[in-house]
Amino acid sequence: MSATAVATRELMLVEAVNDALHVELARDPSVIVLGEDVGRLGGVFRATAGLREAFGEKRCIDTPLSEAGFLGAAVGLCMAGWRPVVEMQYDAFSYPCLDQLITHVGRYRWRTGGRMGFPLVIRMPYGGGVRAPELHDDSPETYYVHTPGVKVAVPATPADAKGLLAAAIRDPDPVVLFEPKLVYRTARGAVPEGEHVVELGKARRAREGSDLTLVAWGAMVAVCERAADDLAAEASVEVLDLRSLKPLDDEALLASVRRTGRCVVVQEAPRTCGFASEISALLAEHAILDLQGPVLRVTGYDVPYPYWQLEDWYMPSVERVVDAVRRVLAF
Amino acid sequence: MSAVPVVEQDLERVIAGRPAVRPAGLDDDALLALHRSLVRLRVYDERSVVYHSQGRIGTYAIFRGHEAIQAGAVHALEERDWIFPSYRESAIGLLRGLPASTILQWWRGHPSGWWNPEEVNVASICVPIATHVPHAAGLAWGLALKESDAVAVAIFGDGATSEGAFHEGANLAAVFRAPLVLLCNNNQWAISTPLRDQTAAERLSDKAVGYGMPAIRVDGNDVLAVHDAVRRGVEHARAGEGPTFVEAVTYRSFPHATADDPSIYVDRERVEAERGRDCVAAYETYLRDLGVLDDEDVQTVREEALAELRAGIQAAEDEAPGDPELVFAHAYADPPPDLARDLEELRRVHER
Ligand SMILES: Cc1ncc(C[n+]2csc(CCOP(=O)(O)OP(=O)(O)O)c2C)c(N)n1
Ligand SMILES: [Mg+2]
Repeated sequence: MSATAVATRELMLVEAVNDALHVELARDPSVIVLGEDVGRLGGVFRATAGLREAFGEKRCIDTPLSEAGFLGAAVGLCMAGWRPVVEMQYDAFSYPCLDQLITHVGRYRWRTGGRMGFPLVIRMPYGGGVRAPELHDDSPETYYVHTPGVKVAVPATPADAKGLLAAAIRDPDPVVLFEPKLVYRTARGAVPEGEHVVELGKARRAREGSDLTLVAWGAMVAVCERAADDLAAEASVEVLDLRSLKPLDDEALLASVRRTGRCVVVQEAPRTCGFASEISALLAEHAILDLQGPVLRVTGYDVPYPYWQLEDWYMPSVERVVDAVRRVLAF
Repeated sequence: MSAVPVVEQDLERVIAGRPAVRPAGLDDDALLALHRSLVRLRVYDERSVVYHSQGRIGTYAIFRGHEAIQAGAVHALEERDWIFPSYRESAIGLLRGLPASTILQWWRGHPSGWWNPEEVNVASICVPIATHVPHAAGLAWGLALKESDAVAVAIFGDGATSEGAFHEGANLAAVFRAPLVLLCNNNQWAISTPLRDQTAAERLSDKAVGYGMPAIRVDGNDVLAVHDAVRRGVEHARAGEGPTFVEAVTYRSFPHATADDPSIYVDRERVEAERGRDCVAAYETYLRDLGVLDDEDVQTVREEALAELRAGIQAAEDEAPGDPELVFAHAYADPPPDLARDLEELRRVHER
């Protein structure tokens, strides 16, 4: 607890994103926002609402429809001394930008022998459960986190959405922020007013427990919390919200799992080579003797995200999480 | 001087209304068939907006005002020719015999919204902007390699011309002389982004020059103009001359989709003016002036279309919800074995 009380406001997650952008654009005149429909409309989810009015057309820019083009331009904008915050309109519509991401965004600092920085941010709403048409539901964090030179953060709460975005904007390296659109308007909470930074690479213990650690990020944190509630009579379940996938708070992860001796990782993305696999591998490498059971993964499946009438079968459910926890406890 | 022609129709003339002169090559039956298609699309769209407001379909991309582009194009094709639609042309398969229920199911997020493109020569609805342009180029090229005389039409928006996939597909089609018509629905908006922020080119059709292909620019509210332009592109393609870019100029005077609130960004007066240039009403006036259509015909065609939609939504709603098995179906011809284990586990946990 800090000694001085920080003034807070109750905000929805998407409002907290918007708040962070307003604060950071006001703080640093080199920060600019660009993407499809971010200006006039204020973003299809209203995440950039009011920026154009507050900071002018030159700092909140509607781009042509060209994800590879404007991410590539963001690399050049960095070279010209700007700190671009790029919005991808939806998870799956970021895919055209992967060429620039992989071949340049993640490599340019390295290519200059560390002489030039590329302090750009990519933000995107991600994830399913929103009853949307095809390709509005993906969880593509693995593609990004697999790319060297790029950092990745995923907030689960409004305060973290604001703080992680601020940290991303201030970071000297490219950072991708995945915003869980499922809870854009349902996750509400107290958000510190004014400047608020949540350091990248620090996990958050969303719930304390002693029998098993549920590890999650983004929209799956709330699913894990509900599962922990449902299990309250049977077990004391800890929920660890990673908040940042790269850098990863492996200390917090290992400390928690060493204490509880059990772990289930929950992710929305398809299973194979998803980030849950990485967590699992780390635990096998560093905590094998502390484990009292297998590390299980509850994930989306290795299929295209289904049409929305079927999506509840695809998304990790509270029931599937509870089932996995029971299997580990019974091991 | 450009090496390839950009044929520009006199847009003003069309806006002011077509003279009551019969177009060459279209008899009364053909003119009425075109009308029927326009009305079927219009009614599909009108009803879909209502179904959405009643919670019977999900988010829906409205195409009111763009029926002339879609019907005009389909009627310029033979059944063996392929259509590559974007989400904006989601219902174009109606004109190739797809049941309304199939398309409604797509918007209801039901897996029976899947269709077999080969049965109707209509590719799946493409959601990511412009990514179907190279598919259409590849299909057209591939058919030509097999010495088929079928052609393809890819339909996309003004915003799509900014994407790499559009450029790469168009260029490739021109290099391989693929029998393709690139039909751009220039409705002057990409969600909230107006055309002037999308391109510095004066006309989208000018882009064709850079690819070495001809272009035709027409009024997209004039179904006969679109029909004629696409027909010319198709003839050019069938003759082995390669692709044509057709720019159909219209205006999006309705929301981008049911989730969109255009009041934030549109020019209300312009929208009102554009609504007054409705493509279906304009064609009906033209046919009446020709003496080919009367009130009774209009009524009959509309009622048939309404009945088609009533039956369609009924069939869609009567269908059982998709089984969880379908989550795992069809991604592979030969699925890796863990998918079957996943399904089994899902059923065990959810007792389904
Ligand atoms: C690659 C990609 N980026 C972004 C989107 C989100 N999006 C859907 S429709 C649209 C505007 C498209 O405008 P245009 O090409 O003019 O077609 P229109 O919607 O006007 O028919 C955008 C940006 C998308 N579907 N795909
Ligand atoms: Mg458009």
